[in-house]
This record gives sequence, C-alpha cells and structure tokens, in this order.
Amino acid sequence: MLETFGHLPVAWLLFAVLAAAAFMAFYVGRTQAVGIARGYTSQLNSQPNYHGYFVAMATIAPAAVILLIYMMFGESLVRAQFASELPERIRALGDLELGQYIDRISEHATRRDATATGNALFDAASDRYTDLVGLSRIAAILLAVLAAAGGFFFGRSRLSGDFRARARVEDGIKFLLFLCAAIAILTTIGIVASLLFEALRFFSRVNVFSFLFGTEWNAQTGADFGAIPLFFGTFLIAFLAMLVAAPIGLFSAIYLSEYASPRVRSIVKPILELLAGIPTVVYGFFALQFVAPIVRASATWINGLPFIPDGFLAAQPTSALAAGLVMGIMIIPFVSSLSDDVINAVPQTLRDGAYAMGATKSETVKQVVMPAALPGVIAALLLAVSRAIGETMIVVMAAGQRAQITPDPTADLTTITVQIVALLTGDTEFDSAKTLSAFALGFVLFIVTLIFNLIALRVVKKYREKYE
Amino acid sequence: MDGNMEHFTQTKSSARADAASAPIKVDCQNIDVYYGDKQAIEDISLQIEDRSVTAFIGPSGCGKSTFLRCMNRMNDTIESAKVTGKIFMDGANINDPSIDPVLLRSRVGMVFQKPNPFPKSIYDNIAYGPRIHGLASGKAEMDEVVENSLRKAGLWEEVKDRLPAPGTSLSGGQQQRLCIARAIAVSPEVILMDEPCSALDPIATAKIEELIDELRERYCIVIVTHSMQQAARVSQKTAFFHLGKLIEYGDTERIFTNPEHGRTQDYITGRFG
Repeated sequence: MLETFGHLPVAWLLFAVLAAAAFMAFYVGRTQAVGIARGYTSQLNSQPNYHGYFVAMATIAPAAVILLIYMMFGESLVRAQFASELPERIRALGDLELGQYIDRISEHATRRDATATGNALFDAASDRYTDLVGLSRIAAILLAVLAAAGGFFFGRSRLSGDFRARARVEDGIKFLLFLCAAIAILTTIGIVASLLFEALRFFSRVNVFSFLFGTEWNAQTGADFGAIPLFFGTFLIAFLAMLVAAPIGLFSAIYLSEYASPRVRSIVKPILELLAGIPTVVYGFFALQFVAPIVRASATWINGLPFIPDGFLAAQPTSALAAGLVMGIMIIPFVSSLSDDVINAVPQTLRDGAYAMGATKSETVKQVVMPAALPGVIAALLLAVSRAIGETMIVVMAAGQRAQITPDPTADLTTITVQIVALLTGDTEFDSAKTLSAFALGFVLFIVTLIFNLIALRVVKKYREKYE
Repeated sequence: MDGNMEHFTQTKSSARADAASAPIKVDCQNIDVYYGDKQAIEDISLQIEDRSVTAFIGPSGCGKSTFLRCMNRMNDTIESAKVTGKIFMDGANINDPSIDPVLLRSRVGMVFQKPNPFPKSIYDNIAYGPRIHGLASGKAEMDEVVENSLRKAGLWEEVKDRLPAPGTSLSGGQQQRLCIARAIAVSPEVILMDEPCSALDPIATAKIEELIDELRERYCIVIVTHSMQQAARVSQKTAFFHLGKLIEYGDTERIFTNPEHGRTQDYITGRFG
C-alpha cells in the first residue's frame, strides 16, 4: 500500500479529487439554499448558485493550503526523517556527500522500473525511502480530506436566507486574483534575492571597487575581476545597436502612423513585428556568418587605403560592429512598435489644428506630433536600450571573448552577458570567485536595466497624465 | 448682390439668400461629399457674405461640420472622403487640382470643437503659422504679430506676462481664444469655427461670442453651433441643415422669427433634433 502510493503520480489524482469535492460541495450548497428559499429565491440575499460557490470555496481552500504546504516542505521532511534512520557510518559523512547519497537513493526509489542493485543496504534504503514518500503522501491526503470536510461543514453551517454569499464569493475571487499578482512579484523578489545573495558572497572575496572600477578582466584564471572592459563592451555594442535601431525604428513608426495608407500599414506592420519573433540565436547566425565577414572585409579594405596606417582597424573575424548592427536590426520592432503606439495616441485634433494652419504633413509631424509624442518615444528608446544591454545570444556568437577597452568597433569585444555565459557553462564549482563573479555581473546588469526601465516608466506615466 | 449671384440663388429656392448687402466671399455650388459609399452632403449650394457671421445649425450628423470642412479642404485629410462641386473664393475654385490646399488653409483659418493648442509655449503657438508661411521677418516683427493676434483675440492682457508658458497651462476658454489668436495670426480672410464653445462654460462662451462679434468687422466667419441662442446672438445669416441637405438659408432674424420650412420651425423650437 505504502509502496503503491510512493509510486503514484499523485498530482493528477489530487486534482481530480479536489475537483470532485468542489463539484459536490457546490451542489450541496446550492440545494441547501434552494431549500431555505422554499421556492422564493428572490427572498434570499444571494442566489442559490452563490451559496453553492461559497460552500465549494470553503471546502477546497483549506485542502489546497495543506497540499501546497506538502508540496513545498514534504520532500525535505521525508529526507530529514530518512537521514535520521540511516546507519551511523553514513550519517557521519559530510552534509554534501550525505545529500548526494540521498539524491541517488531518491532517484532510484522513484523510478517505477527500478530493479534491485544487489547492494543490500542500498536496496533496503531505497525501499524504505519509497515507503516514507508513500506515508507522507497518505498523511497529506488524509489531512487534506479532513480539512476539506471541516471546511464543507463550516460552509454549510453559514448558509441562511440573509447570508451574503455573493459578497463572500467576491472576496474569494479578489483574493485569487491577488494571489496570481503576488506570485509574479514574489518571483521577481526571489530572483533579486538570489542574485544579491550570491553577489554578496563574491564581494566578500573581491573588493567592490576593484570590481566596478578595475580595468583588467581575467575571470577564467581567477586573477583579475575588473569589470570596466565588460561594461565598456556592453555599452559600445548597445550604442551601435541604437545607432541602427533608433532612426530606422522611429522613422518607420512615423511612416506607418502618419503616411502609410491603411492597406500598406496592415501589411507592413505585421512584417516589421515579425522581426521580434525571430529567435535571437538565428540573429546570431546571421551576425556571425554574414555581417561579421563583411565588417572584416570592409575594415581590411579601409586599412589598405593610402594614408591609413597599417592595422588602423583591428578587422577581427568577430567584432562589436557586427554584433551591434544585427542587434540594432533585432530591436527595430521594439522601437517602431512602441513609438507607433505613442504617435497614434497623439490626439487627431492636434494634427487637424496644424493642417488647418496650412502646415504640410512633414511640418506637422516634425513640429506638432513629435513634440507631443516625445516623452513616449524616449521611453520606447530607453526600453530598447535595456533590451540591447541584456541581449545575450547575438553577442555570444558574434562579439568575441576578449575583454578590452578600445573605441575600434571592428575589434572583438566582450560584454557582461557573454562573460556570464562563459563563466557558467561547462563544469563549474559554485563557490569559487570565478563562478560567483557571474552573479555579481548579473546583479549589475539587473540594476542597470532596472534603472532604464524605471526611467522609461516614469516618463510614460508623466506623458499619460498630460493627455487624459 | 450682382446678377451673376442672382443666377445661382435662383437655381435652388431653398438656398436663396435674403436681401443681401455685403459682397459674397465664398460661393459653394452643388457640393456633394461622400465618405466611402455613404453620401454625407447632397447637392448643397450657398453663398457666404464677407465681413459677417454665418451660422450653420442642424441636428447631429446633418453634415454641417462636413460642409464647413469643405471650405478649407480639411476633408482631404480623411482617406475615404470625396468632395465634388465647386467652391469659389474670390473667383477661384478651391476644389481645382491646381489649388494647393496648404496655401488655401493659410487663407482660411479654422477653430475646432475642443481647444487644441500645440505642445508649445503660448508665444510659439501663435508664431507657428507666421513662421511656416514666412509672414514675419525678424524677432521684432514676430513679437508684433504675436501681440496683435493675442490682442485681437482678447487674450493679451491675460497672458502677456507668461508668453513662454505652455499653451496647455491655460484654462479651457483661454485655450480656445489662443486657438482663435493662432488662426488670426496668419491673417486669414475666412475663419471657420466648428462648435467653438461646446467644451466651454457659459462665461468663457460669452467671451468667445463677444470676440466673434468684434472679429466680423474684419473677417468672413462661418460658425457651426448646436446652440440656437448662440446662432441667434452672433450670426447675421443662418443655414439649417438636415440629413445632408440644406433646408433653409437666410437672414438670422427671419429664420428665427418666420422660417419658411416646417422642419426649420420644428428644429429651432426644439420639437425635434
């Protein structure tokens, strides 16, 4: 019995049981309300369906809470109990090795087709582990059923002609919606906390200032952690990308919203937005295979011109320019789509006013529409910048690995994101300064993009206040 | 009224202007307007006198705003709109392809339903038109144009100390007078007003009406309004529109005291509309 439960795909079963319980509770609650009303449901404060929903809510909610707690803490409880039952010599192992041993057992135990390994201790432990899992599940299910029953009877006892079931159901829905919003927020907080925690561990080994202001980066050897070359590479490439994306995105937004006929607009706009749907790794191919060789050939050609000193441009096979150009193309739809929205939000009466003054279309756009849309356009550009700074795949493939500070865009540069990828791929130990530096970089990246996004949001908010 | 004009007025009895003294500024002949397949204006002809106020009245959707927008070819900015017929202004047909609508609009100013100051300073709002049409050379001359326009619009005393403030910082009535000053700044001959007081309170409305009365000494003014009292107060001629047709046109006094048509009578007494 225990073993059967230990192997059961329990989530689905529980879901089915909960759904059935809810349905039954709804039916009972509804029937009871109809009984109270004695055929005059208009006499009730709330209609019978709401009584049904209320009883269903009262039934599921406590059970759901218990199952949630089980899902969060059940396994660690089982593991703690299991560890305490292990023979002394195994328990004497360090925390890390003990953990790995239990991992192996739990992996073996939860496999349905697991066969005996021949190691008597291991097999016995595996069986015991399965039993413990089964036991914990039975306990959880029993508790949940008890809670559901309690909730069910509590819910029924509340029903009466005057009971404001509608208001209670409304409260329940409000809470459910709040929960969903809270999950998103809590996740963000969790991500920040984990980044911050690891970053602090890094800064306990490496001085903050030598990290933020150092100009030498040799993380792979664990020697130097001066991140300035990475910041430089990141911002240079983002700058190059914005040189491409800002004018093209903005002008195409102006074309689409002010000049294009509805027919052209209905064709061009989706195609432009299709750019946003291309996986960044494909842009990476494009940058590496197509743009980087052209950049290199052009740089070589410029180097060969008279009066240009030899080696004036680095002309590397991967370059900041190649990555920046392609990244610029990638973020065009961000700029154009957001700018298009804000330009469209400029009231038509302003345009009419300018046309009625005898202004041409381009005069109207330049002197009336754009000044009105400017805050929104700035916000769109800031969001695009934060997207460019955080972009990873294109730079990993086309920007290079060398941490250096040079204004030459045909040189290979590296960025924060490239280094994070390089530091965390392959075999890594999670307590060396080398690996931890990736978290510090991630934290800096997060803060920078957060600042850009906050400024953008503020600007947009201010703009909205003006036109509503 | 000369014989030529007589000819046009006789072609459509309902559009006949009553005894007129002022010369004709705008002469509209057989105007049709279509929005896609829907006809918004059906064969309207009427003459508008110079240096007077002409009011367009009628229930919502009767085409009076559409007709107003024909006179500065604002309907060009609407993709689906198509205008046929002739509108003579000082002898030239403004619907002729050779007429540049941009230049036309510098001669025909327009004031809209909702005040729509540009996102610029009060000064630049007024200077916008003169600048794009090159009407002032040098800062001193521009200052003069701005001051004159604001004075004519009765706004100078209220804003002279804060010309660099944004136009949107003014109150609704002040914004509308700013828009009138902006229209005056390019020295137009005709000023079109599309329900200029519909977003304003009674006090601001009274000021605008006073202003319209002063402006009519220099300009040909056409005003669309939903307020019978306003039409009666400010205009010399009134045109009543219904379902895209011109029902009756004549001296305001006569229209409001002794309308020829039952429809007009019903509308101005509030029995339909």
